[in-house]
Amino acid sequence: MSLSFPVRLRLRLRLPLLPLFLLLLLFLLLADRPAWGGPSAADLLWLDRVTYGINAATLTELQRLGRRRFLDAQLVTTEVAVPAAIATQISQLEIERTDGARLLIEVSAEQKRINALSVPGEKEQARKALNERANQLGYEAARRHLLRAIYGRDQLREQLVWFWLNHFSVFSQKSNVRWTVGDYEERAIRPHVLGHFRDLVLATLTHPAMLQYLDNAQNAKGHLNENYARELLELHTLGVDAGYTQTDVQELARILTGAGIDQDGMSPRLEPSLQALYLRRDGFEFNPNRHDPGVKTLLGHQIAGRGFDEIEAAVDVITHHPACARFIARKLAAYFVGDDPPLSLVSSLAKVFTRTNGDLTQVLRTLLASRELAASLGRQFKDPMHFVVSAFRLAYDQRPIANAHPVLNALGALGEPLYGRPTPDGYPLGTTDWASAGQLSRRFEIARNIASGNGGLFEPEDGTPSTVTGFPQLSSRVYYDLIESSLASTTRQALERAASQQEWNTFLLASPEFNHR
Amino acid sequence: MTRLPNRRQLLLGVSGPFLARSKGALASSAARSPGLLLVFLRGGYDCANAIIPYASDFYYEARPSIAIPRPAARDEQGALSLDASWALAPALRPTIGARFGRGEVAFVPFAGTDDLSRSHFETQDHIERGQPILPSGVPSGVQDFRSGFLARLSSLVVGSPPIAFTDALPRCFQGANVPNISLRGLGKPVFDERQSAILASMYQGGPLEAAVNDGLELRQAVARELEQELREANRGSMNAKSFELDARRMGHLMRDTYRIGFVDVGGWDTHVGEGGAQGALANNLDSLGNGLIALADELGPRWRDTVVVVISEFGRTFRENGNKGTDHGHGSTYWILGGGIRGGAVVGPQVKVERATLSQDREYPVLTDVRDLLGGLFARMWDLSAADLDKIFPGATPRDLGIL
Repeated sequence: MSLSFPVRLRLRLRLPLLPLFLLLLLFLLLADRPAWGGPSAADLLWLDRVTYGINAATLTELQRLGRRRFLDAQLVTTEVAVPAAIATQISQLEIERTDGARLLIEVSAEQKRINALSVPGEKEQARKALNERANQLGYEAARRHLLRAIYGRDQLREQLVWFWLNHFSVFSQKSNVRWTVGDYEERAIRPHVLGHFRDLVLATLTHPAMLQYLDNAQNAKGHLNENYARELLELHTLGVDAGYTQTDVQELARILTGAGIDQDGMSPRLEPSLQALYLRRDGFEFNPNRHDPGVKTLLGHQIAGRGFDEIEAAVDVITHHPACARFIARKLAAYFVGDDPPLSLVSSLAKVFTRTNGDLTQVLRTLLASRELAASLGRQFKDPMHFVVSAFRLAYDQRPIANAHPVLNALGALGEPLYGRPTPDGYPLGTTDWASAGQLSRRFEIARNIASGNGGLFEPEDGTPSTVTGFPQLSSRVYYDLIESSLASTTRQALERAASQQEWNTFLLASPEFNHR
Repeated sequence: MTRLPNRRQLLLGVSGPFLARSKGALASSAARSPGLLLVFLRGGYDCANAIIPYASDFYYEARPSIAIPRPAARDEQGALSLDASWALAPALRPTIGARFGRGEVAFVPFAGTDDLSRSHFETQDHIERGQPILPSGVPSGVQDFRSGFLARLSSLVVGSPPIAFTDALPRCFQGANVPNISLRGLGKPVFDERQSAILASMYQGGPLEAAVNDGLELRQAVARELEQELREANRGSMNAKSFELDARRMGHLMRDTYRIGFVDVGGWDTHVGEGGAQGALANNLDSLGNGLIALADELGPRWRDTVVVVISEFGRTFRENGNKGTDHGHGSTYWILGGGIRGGAVVGPQVKVERATLSQDREYPVLTDVRDLLGGLFARMWDLSAADLDKIFPGATPRDLGIL
């Protein structure tokens, strides 16, 4: 028998908790703050929604600040706040020290060199080395993302980075995206998640990762490729039912001709009249030689040929379209409120979006203060990212992990790896998307993995074997003080039947309560 | 031993449906029920470089760098002539081509939907829902957007248990309690019976109860069933290409237990560097062809009463784009395979492939609606009434292409 078996469970009375609990929730929501010192049940549910999942550190923070200041802190900061041990890990990553644009030029040059090799075997070897380096860079980006998600103080912002990364999804396994995906997250997504939507669109539009992923790097005058133009309208801004036509897609593709990647840090040869239109920054290049200079008509607006300005004008037209406000409002509401967000909420968010020129902080403030959000607490089925990160937050709150591979593998096994969606639509987030029979049984198996050992989490990244053994203690202070009272009697009974601490951990992580937020 | 009916008798019965009435006295109804596997090529596969309109000069004009050369009498590595208009891509010749010769494959060109959004996701969802596009002004509330046509089919036919061989439950199976299982990474079962029972008890009475029970049971059952299969398969030098391995496992599970299956295969969105007789698309086709043959082998005697339908959300632009690839188009070419079908032909309404017949001067038109096509097949396979068919595909006109 395990020594740490939670015998306290057996002593508890089984009460009809749910009605009481809902009553309490209602009361506390109205009261907005607990009537006594500790966090209320409503606070817990609220915290579980605005963060990746409750843990001791976040609870302390909430108790210190209260809800309003807790949110304010998340919405105004610009620094990434993580514990010192995690900050050290992150600072040692190559992607933290190397400029993304430089990496891109490096890989282009190396690929050219490799293609010119003729000695048998040499080519394959060089390719393999390059591929390994690309894998390493892609892994670093994922590692940084996960460390921040698990340990970051600004949990709302970390979720938003994931959300927008998923909205402007790129697939790291396509061409050279592994080299740039870390930079994409850091430069195109993160700085804008609380800014204006238009800036987010332009930042992704001009980033090499997106230009490569959706082929616009190859879109040129006379060689039109409409892949990005279509997804920009359908998936990024307006939604498929917005009323745009095939002609709009083609016109937008024409506007986007010439927007590509700076492969070598050098300007192309240009006619004097075109030189002023040439643009190059951070791996992006606008090449007027490849741009279609004609007049275009997009969504009823005429856009005269004048180089990169056309793209900015087009993004203005698109992001001011009423469908854009609704589309983004709906998507944000679905992420924070769950399947089929109420129309009332979507319209009020769309109004804020329109009124504030797409100010995402204002939209979020309205969303997080809405009664629709309050009414939905505890009912949203966790997608794998929320499930996995919340489990690691609960299990390793006080102990910084050294290796992110097990976390990444868990996400992969559950079908939601970072930068791993091949299609540009990003992962869907509804209950039906993640709660099928096959997905649930797989999730229970992952719960067991996390619950029963540390599976390489403390193995240093340099490959030396780890001496750390053991499994996490989920029957912790947080559990007894806060989680236990929120569990249904069926869940408590299941936990009582556990034959070991590992099994108990497994049942807790597999419980309906832990799998909803 | 009773004398086996010949193939024609088997197919047609006495004016009856496809095999549904040819139950042997000893066989259980589940063991003799017709089988269906729907293979969805996600991404919009370029049908014109798989089933090539080789009689069309315009095809060769429109695709200067990716067109596949016309079949030549002595060239057994090249395209395979299917009839006077169509030829099969070289990549499919050894697999699908051989079966076409045996009458086990039919192609339906100009197939698809009336959805002209050219959006992958919109069109896939539309096909999987199997419901008509509403005229503008009709409130969308009249349709259940959560209900897919395979879910509706499997709730109407008995003795054909459904399964999705996918990580997530696809839209076409949503709305009914259909199990799914990913065929990747299947090891030994993780939980014993006691643990499974405890896990299930936590979800009892809740909305996820059925899915949890199915998931836990299916995981154990499939691991048990595949255990022997995988041992046998490892004996030979099986090509471990992912789809072929998946297909073999699907064949095994559809031989005995499940009779309505769904699988999707990705990687068909060839905007750049699609290739011709060789290249990216050809590699995908090769892997698909090998997989389908592996599935047929694995089904053994059940191949004769199984129908495999290969569909995709749309075809691609008939002309190649500026990057030696193709963009989103409209009409596609669907495949119908089965050991007992009357194939070996390119069927359904057709037009001559030339510039004038393209839809919007861009892509194949749609002459056979996916709902009509599948409705016609289901009608024959399960002897469904018009009322039942209307539940599966509301407002469709099931079309019998004479394949079953």
